[in-house]
Amino acid sequence: MLIQSSSDGFKHPVSSEITPQSVYNRRRELLKGIAALTAGSGLASWAARDALAESAWGARPGKLAALNASLSKVEGAFTMDKVTPYKDASSYNNFYEFGTDKANPAANAHTLKTSPWSVEIEGMVKKPGKFALEDLLKLSPLEERIYRMRCVEGWSMVIPWVGYSLAELIRKVEPLGSAKYVEFVSLADPKTMPFVGSRVLDWPYVEGLRLDEAMHPLTLLGFGMYGEVLPNQSGAPVRLVVPWKYGFKSGKSIVKIRFTDKQPGTAWNKAAANEYGFYSNVNPNVDHPRWSQASERRIGDGGLFAKKTKTLMFNGYEAQVGQLYAGMDLKKFY
Amino acid sequence: MIAMRALVNRGLSSPWGKPVWFILSCLPFLWLVFAALTDRLGANPAEALVRSTGDWTLRALCLVLAITPLRTVLCLTALARLRRMAGLFVYFYVVLHLLAYAWFDMGFEVADIARDIAKRPFILVGFSAFVLLTPLALTSFNRAIKALGGKRWQAMHRLVYAVAGLALLHFFWMRAGKNNFAEVAVYALILGILLGWRVQRRWSGAWRNYFGAAAVGGVGR
Repeated sequence: MLIQSSSDGFKHPVSSEITPQSVYNRRRELLKGIAALTAGSGLASWAARDALAESAWGARPGKLAALNASLSKVEGAFTMDKVTPYKDASSYNNFYEFGTDKANPAANAHTLKTSPWSVEIEGMVKKPGKFALEDLLKLSPLEERIYRMRCVEGWSMVIPWVGYSLAELIRKVEPLGSAKYVEFVSLADPKTMPFVGSRVLDWPYVEGLRLDEAMHPLTLLGFGMYGEVLPNQSGAPVRLVVPWKYGFKSGKSIVKIRFTDKQPGTAWNKAAANEYGFYSNVNPNVDHPRWSQASERRIGDGGLFAKKTKTLMFNGYEAQVGQLYAGMDLKKFY
Repeated sequence: MIAMRALVNRGLSSPWGKPVWFILSCLPFLWLVFAALTDRLGANPAEALVRSTGDWTLRALCLVLAITPLRTVLCLTALARLRRMAGLFVYFYVVLHLLAYAWFDMGFEVADIARDIAKRPFILVGFSAFVLLTPLALTSFNRAIKALGGKRWQAMHRLVYAVAGLALLHFFWMRAGKNNFAEVAVYALILGILLGWRVQRRWSGAWRNYFGAAAVGGVGR
């Protein structure tokens, strides 16, 4: 009786497998219900998108003055990663002018005077000059961007910044054809920064980018984070954010931007050239001499027992910035 | 001064001496457990645990190496009773340090750990210090001392001086990237004094022996 034919009739092994008619009749209702649910979740995702437009990371911390911004349209400006809690992002910082421990800046940076503040533009530009902070804030519409931030020490955060592409400022000052690099000088005021003068680094803190890197739309001139002005320990009142490079490449509390034809001597490169290169692009395949760069610890995510996450090439911004380094040996130019 | 010394000696050799020392030595560990469970270790608790267990290993090492000099210079003879426990606490904290690294930094991936040790000199140095400490911890009980014979046991336990050097080098390399040597210098100074005292004592002992100054007697032990 293995091969059944119509002559065997309508057979079921057990009667319990026969769908009761009442259930069969409810099938339509069920489908209707599912349809309604899907429509609902569709709406929910609309609502979520709407909420994102308000704030992708929840409520403002309410600690400092608000800094309103619209969502950035720059490609790659929004990571979908979970945003780091403000309390972690504002208490775990490297800002050596205020001490070498990561708790030092939050404890010591209250002495920093951020007003009045101006940024001097000099070197190989047609229009050098001094920009007051107020004028810089008005130079281009402020945008919100959520970037991954990968520290060379092997930890990372996700931070909603407020600012605009540095390129906006660069275009205004019109670099000369001979300008190849941009140098960023941080404030070095021994009166308000207790560790300026310590022998850890040469002061002032100097960072630099190639002009095309500086012109990349993802390179941000930042004035705020989490919808508020920058806290002092995060580099108030104006800093750089270069999301595809290790964090130390993003100078804090910038007072001078200089255009030059020579590769700038940058602070960490001068301190330990074999450990910190000029480029310092996030690269899981090039280890730091003393630790691996293949993975990273996401701060504030899952606590003590969370696994480390894999580090991505160019910190996940390869699609946007990879072409800047086409043909370059990134092991040599680390 | 003498009354004070007698008091300290009496306190150390009282039945409470060892339990109190034991509890004090556990306090850093208990604090770290408490802090980890109540989210008091800051934004990067894993790093805080790896670093503080390392710090406490170094401190425990300084402490155990201070016992003989303090005993001899201040005549705190009762300190001798605490030396074994102090030594075992060095091992306790170094095991915690290694575990914290293996767990939080490496996710207990044995192959990754092995590669890391082979690749990074500063990890290799730290790991070597742990390896050298292991036989010392394993031979800390009385029967092991008897089985080895006092002389051989003592010679073997001089390995702790090498461990001190390696631990300091490990810490130095860890801080080298940031040119941040203030703390390293403090530990180097302490260990330098503690080891220097031993070297000096040995030399002066040899000096006296050379001139046959038997009358001085009882200097070395």
